[in-house]
Amino acid sequence: MSLTQHTIDDLLQRLDVAAKTIGHDVAFMEVCGTHTTSSFRCGLPSVMPSNVRLISGPGCPVCVTSQGDIDRLIDLGLRQDVILCTYGDMLRVPGKQGTLEAARARGGRIEIVYSSMDAVKLARREAGREVVFAAVGFETTAPATAAAICEAQRLNISNFSVLASHKRIIPAMRALLADGEIPAIKGFLCPGHVSVIIGSEVYAPIVEEFGVSCVIGGFEPAQLIAALVCLTELVVENKTALVNQYPEAVHKKGNRWALALLEQIFEPGDARWRGMGTLPDSGLILRREYQRFDAALRFNLPEPQEREPKGCICGKVISGAALPVQCKLFGKSCTPISPIGPCMVSSEGTCSAWFKYGNFRQMTLPKRQEKELLEVQS
Amino acid sequence: MCLAVPAKLIEQDGHHGMVDLHGNRLPVNTMMTPDAQNGDWILIHAGFAIERLDPEEARKTWALIADVQRAAGEGEAQEHTPQQRLAAATPGELL
Repeated sequence: MSLTQHTIDDLLQRLDVAAKTIGHDVAFMEVCGTHTTSSFRCGLPSVMPSNVRLISGPGCPVCVTSQGDIDRLIDLGLRQDVILCTYGDMLRVPGKQGTLEAARARGGRIEIVYSSMDAVKLARREAGREVVFAAVGFETTAPATAAAICEAQRLNISNFSVLASHKRIIPAMRALLADGEIPAIKGFLCPGHVSVIIGSEVYAPIVEEFGVSCVIGGFEPAQLIAALVCLTELVVENKTALVNQYPEAVHKKGNRWALALLEQIFEPGDARWRGMGTLPDSGLILRREYQRFDAALRFNLPEPQEREPKGCICGKVISGAALPVQCKLFGKSCTPISPIGPCMVSSEGTCSAWFKYGNFRQMTLPKRQEKELLEVQS
Repeated sequence: MCLAVPAKLIEQDGHHGMVDLHGNRLPVNTMMTPDAQNGDWILIHAGFAIERLDPEEARKTWALIADVQRAAGEGEAQEHTPQQRLAAATPGELL
């Protein structure tokens, strides 16, 4: 048996012991789409002690992007004078005019890029057309957008702009803790790669103010379980703490070069979140000096109209207030083949993970959630 | 979307780097990791190196985890840092 297997067995045993010692239900939340996928993929929910829950919070960038922002993006993709560059995840998210994929079928020029720099290169090649980069993502991804804007500025490329809906995780975590509707959580499994950029010490005020633990975790099964063991044992000891369980990549102050890039191009500003409304300082908006790269200003886009697809409870799923199986559409009219809400579209979405790995038909809900389910559906 | 994979930096020319990702050569922008040297393991996200991985920290983490179990000795733990396991992994095992 490999060392990893030994480690996982031992970690699971430790988790069991800690969970038994607690004796009552306890919930933690992860706020990273990659944590959602990794934990489901390795079968973590099936080996968790019955009284410990790991709730998926607002960690999937596609899922948290407001419907209004998605509609606006698709409108832009349909314009004949625009080449819209996007990361692949956004392609199948439905808007009021269909998806970007459908927009492409209708003649819109939509390009999937691996890196923001590819969009800048394309703008250089296609000097006669406007190239817009759909900039979504948390702090992990935002520096790449900043770097692309720097590059466009350096090369004096005037036909490049970004439609930015970047998000910051800390204000979202605060909003969740301040919102009474969310299940009481004892701690956060903090996102490993967001923390690579923002550092570990930014979570300290959350630990102090709200009395919850923050444990930064990696993405391998053993790393995930180790972070959960840490969170659970802190509950046993009746302590709250900030623990960095991913020190090989995450430093106290984060990546200073990436942060400097962000600081140069963006400033914190209000952002619209699906299901959570507008949260102050939870987004990144272009600084005045770089507003000429703002696609919303360049194309004079109207303020997005917020709406939710009918019957879809993605907003509640994202904030951890409902489980995918509590949605009437889940697994029926909303599946990965024909998704209605973004949590089913994105491979990192909670609904998608439940559908693919969750064996959801056999999942039973605790009594309290069954009651919530009836309320949601009525 | 916040997926990042570790890869070994093999070439650098200004901000233009080249990594070895399971035998594949992949161009990467290294402007956010100017301190990375050839041979370092770096985390790649959307075409950018976002951090240099610290093998010593990785070793310590895994040694700590290994402490939990009695069977494995310190020596064995040292031979199984995430990077080494990754180096031995098949592409399908990558997240």
